[in-house]
Amino acid sequence: MSANDTFKLDGKDIPFQAGDTVMDAALRAGEYIPHLCHNPEFKPHGSCRVCVVEVNGRHLSACTLPAAENMQVDNNSAAIMDQRRSLLQMLFVEGNHICPACEKSGACQLQAVAYYTRMLSPHFSHFFPKRSIDAAHPDVVFYFNRWIVCGLCERASHEVDKKDVFSTSGRGINSKMIFNSATGKLGDTDLLLTDKAVSVCPVGAILPKHQGYEVPMGERLYVTLRICVVGDVHDKSHE
Amino acid sequence: MQSYESELMEKFLTALLSDTGDAPGRLLQYLCAIQHRYSYVSRSAVQILSDRLRMPAAQINAVVDFYAFLYTVPRGEFNILFSDSITDRMLDNISLLNSLCELLNIAPGVPRADNRVTVDVTSCTGICDQGPALLVNDQVISRLDDVRIQRISELIEAGTSLSEWPASFFMVEDNIQRRDNLLSAQISPGSAINTWREKGSDGVLKLLDQSGLRGRGGAGFKTASKWRFCKDTIADQHYVVCNADESEPGTFKDRVLLNTFANDVFEGMTLCAAVTGARKGYLYLRGEYRYLLRDLEATLQQRREANLLGDHISGQKDFSFDIEIHLGAGAYICGEESALIESLEGKRGIPRVRPPFPVTNGFRNQPTVVNNVETFVAAAKISVLGSEWFSATGTNESVGTKLLSVSGDCSRPGIYEYPFGTSIRQILDDCGANNVQAVQVAGAAGSTIPPGEFDRKICFEDISTGGSIIIFNGQRNLLDMVKNFAHFFCHESCGFCTPCRVGTPLMKDLVDKVVAGHATEYDLQEMRNIGQVMQQASHCGLGATAPNPVLETLEKFPHIYAQQLSSKTYEPAFDVDAAVEISRKLTGRDDPAAHIQEDS
Repeated sequence: MSANDTFKLDGKDIPFQAGDTVMDAALRAGEYIPHLCHNPEFKPHGSCRVCVVEVNGRHLSACTLPAAENMQVDNNSAAIMDQRRSLLQMLFVEGNHICPACEKSGACQLQAVAYYTRMLSPHFSHFFPKRSIDAAHPDVVFYFNRWIVCGLCERASHEVDKKDVFSTSGRGINSKMIFNSATGKLGDTDLLLTDKAVSVCPVGAILPKHQGYEVPMGERLYVTLRICVVGDVHDKSHE
Repeated sequence: MQSYESELMEKFLTALLSDTGDAPGRLLQYLCAIQHRYSYVSRSAVQILSDRLRMPAAQINAVVDFYAFLYTVPRGEFNILFSDSITDRMLDNISLLNSLCELLNIAPGVPRADNRVTVDVTSCTGICDQGPALLVNDQVISRLDDVRIQRISELIEAGTSLSEWPASFFMVEDNIQRRDNLLSAQISPGSAINTWREKGSDGVLKLLDQSGLRGRGGAGFKTASKWRFCKDTIADQHYVVCNADESEPGTFKDRVLLNTFANDVFEGMTLCAAVTGARKGYLYLRGEYRYLLRDLEATLQQRREANLLGDHISGQKDFSFDIEIHLGAGAYICGEESALIESLEGKRGIPRVRPPFPVTNGFRNQPTVVNNVETFVAAAKISVLGSEWFSATGTNESVGTKLLSVSGDCSRPGIYEYPFGTSIRQILDDCGANNVQAVQVAGAAGSTIPPGEFDRKICFEDISTGGSIIIFNGQRNLLDMVKNFAHFFCHESCGFCTPCRVGTPLMKDLVDKVVAGHATEYDLQEMRNIGQVMQQASHCGLGATAPNPVLETLEKFPHIYAQQLSSKTYEPAFDVDAAVEISRKLTGRDDPAAHIQEDS
């Protein structure tokens, strides 16, 4: 494999290096493939399925798909965008996402990707699950309503913070997020505001306390530029 | 201050951990042992395990919460789980469950206050030919009827220990109705290992290649190729894993193979170890089959004593191999090979990202052969009896025979071994099925075959199956099956990926809406759309096949839906009157004005 290998993404040549996934190569080339559970700092997860693309009639997640020469990848076809919208709608009805009342609104990847896929309504019947808030930590709040099962805080806490504060528990639609403390409360874990697990959250599930609406609504990340241009909420370049 | 309970637990766990070595990878096995002994996994048990294994308690709790057979509250002296597959439903298991609950004065799923008993349901227990069935602790009771239910309630009330219950309750017959090559031919323990000594690994692989043996789980990967890939992958260790997590509703052939042909299963695993260079093998036994554990352990012990397992097998200086049995704990997803490996490593059964495949990066990231129980039996026999013995039957693409588990509406349910290429019609004739409306082949994830397709054949090139055949006669409402399977998948989805985690409950709700008579054409189209997203976007085969029962019946049996539609065009998404019930309760009103009437 030479450094000049390429594959086609929606007809465009994308160069890739050995070991690249389709997502890696696309990100490097500045091409946007919508995603939620993927974060280039962590090993691909492949769980949200928002980055699923079509290759030779097969639907595969771009973040786990090894790039191969001359691969024809459909990322923006109508069929793929329809599927993505359905997946986003599923995520919206699974939890309780009240955007106007959320501090993360305007800087939330779930919301931004939903706009990007032109999602206009949740479409499916809401599950309206009864979920609580864990506000016992002095500096951090966890809103279970907004949790999207992306596993990023779990991975960050394990790999970067070396703390294993978060664990995805349960099964199927009864999956839940649990915290590693005797009481099960976030406040009794060793989580710190400065932990990677806090800043990595793509939605408003984990938010710092004692601050709110510091950036006015009209000036927030995805209000000024679409997510396909500006990228992920946790990108260093925004800070 | 330490409580009495946690002192006892400390003692129990100290013994448990010293017996088997403190490997975090054995977590699930420890949890199964705790569950078995105490009827639940207590907080103090988790805390002690967390300290001893140096694992975060949350990770242990996450494992406990994943597996259906691990509980966080005591289930009591008798934990009763009625098998609740469609075949049990057809035999009216629910009225038996209700009478037992009535006799014991409890509600399903709620432990009785005296810590005596809990009655609940569980996914298919693999006793479909002798149902309705239940599990009581780790034992199976088959052929339930009113008399047995009455007796069970008396035994529970009297606190009679399970060992004193009538032995006839626990009889599970093999029920082999038709034998062909595989079940007729006998080989003696050690004979496959002798073949390897004579012919070497390449010789055995050549035999398997020539025989055309393909995996019996349903996917049909060539066995010789899988073993060769594993052998050729350079690594510290190689592993052999037997997938005995037979969980597809309606499948029970592995129950029979493990009960009567265990030596052949272990022979096949040992042969695979000889070929691939593995020193360690695992039999992953589904929790529902725990009642087979003691006999299986005894067979392993006999083989160790006969020098067919352990160090220097059959006097071969370079060949040491042993087999350990790992228990599952109620999770259909663990039949998927990479989820099975995660579970073997003591974790939640979440399917891995593939590639890499287990054959190069499997158990503990080492090359691992995962084969079906039936595949190991076939491989052992081929090595002794020759490839021609095997390839004498079957079709070009599907060589040999297949064990089918036949249940549902027929006079002779049980195990049928047929050459590949046998038609559905032939099977129906042989098992005494009349007036058949549909045959569900390959379980909940499989296909629904209408009478017009009964000449189709069981083989990889036509209808591929792990062996489940469920028959529905003309009196059945097929929607009962669709509903049972939709609920099954919702219960069994691991929750890792969005389309399966959210798609399965959406599908379940829509099927329930159809059954309740509230659905419209729009809802049917919704089911097709959701089904397509699940098929295309899911992370693994469970999600991709979960919509099958709905999609297959929508296409081939549209009338079962059409007759349920309340209106062709519009039906409110919810019942307005039911929605104000909470307000009525709060205000204490129930007069006519507190009800919302439908417009007439």
